[in-house]
Amino acid sequence: MLSTAVATLAGMRPAQASDSGVRRGLDPESRAWLDDLRAEGPVHDAAVERLHGLLLRASRFEASRRGASVARLGPSEVEQVVSDSAGDALVSVLARLDDFRGLSRFATWAYKFAILETAVNMRRRAWRDREIPRAPGGWELLEDLRQSPERDAEAAELLAAIGDATATVLTPRQRDVLVAVAVNGVPIDVLAERLGSTRGALYKTLHDARQKLRETLAAAGLDVVTTSGGSP
Amino acid sequence: MNDDLVGRLLGPDGQPLSCEQCFEELDRYVEWKLSEPDGPFESCAICERPHECSGAYECLAMSAHLAACPACDEEYESLRELVLAERGG
Repeated sequence: MLSTAVATLAGMRPAQASDSGVRRGLDPESRAWLDDLRAEGPVHDAAVERLHGLLLRASRFEASRRGASVARLGPSEVEQVVSDSAGDALVSVLARLDDFRGLSRFATWAYKFAILETAVNMRRRAWRDREIPRAPGGWELLEDLRQSPERDAEAAELLAAIGDATATVLTPRQRDVLVAVAVNGVPIDVLAERLGSTRGALYKTLHDARQKLRETLAAAGLDVVTTSGGSP
Repeated sequence: MNDDLVGRLLGPDGQPLSCEQCFEELDRYVEWKLSEPDGPFESCAICERPHECSGAYECLAMSAHLAACPACDEEYESLRELVLAERGG
């Protein structure tokens, strides 16, 4: 049985059928999902209920991957996150049905909404009672690394130049975002929530800061080739 | 440690996608990655470097974004693991 909130969603008017952007050769299972979700009456309602089950499974899978966060939140709160996330994902999937292009199985496409919602909710709850480290803390860390006696000379020179450029060419906002995400490991959507911004906007800020640093280092004749951004 | 920090501060080379573009491509990219090495190369709908990507047998913009954005990378890994688990892999 669907929850009250989702039962309300199940009564939503189904998205209008459209094959625009759907590649030829849609697999039968995906085609059946689209047909049923675009149907009316009991067929539509049953499809929505199946979809909700599928999204709950994806949401539980995502939550279960986050061992430390799960331990901190406790089972009932995790189950609440799973339920809320699957419900939000269901709304998104139904609203964006016409965006499905058939470039993957329908289930894979739908799963990504549940994973996104759950990941964001779990990260936010994990950081709920934690202060976001201020930029100077991260900056001090950079200073420490620059002065580390075991440092590799080339990397140390590069870090020193990055430190100088961070202080002189970045805006305060770019510096705060770069240090929070790249040095202190603050999840970008947690930072976005605290700053009243969006993940996309902060990623753009981060990207612009990195570009500015790269240009400054290149102008100084430093080799700035990296193959990975790494994971904080 | 310093090299890793440099990587995190400067991000990868190239022009990565936005988080929104990455999300749009995520399901296709995961299934394509799981089909390697048998699957034909599939570029993103918004690919600006199809020859380079084809030559590298990789969606360079996607891989650059995932290397630069830990949140999107976590979601990529989750989706990949979920699809893999469903296939019994």
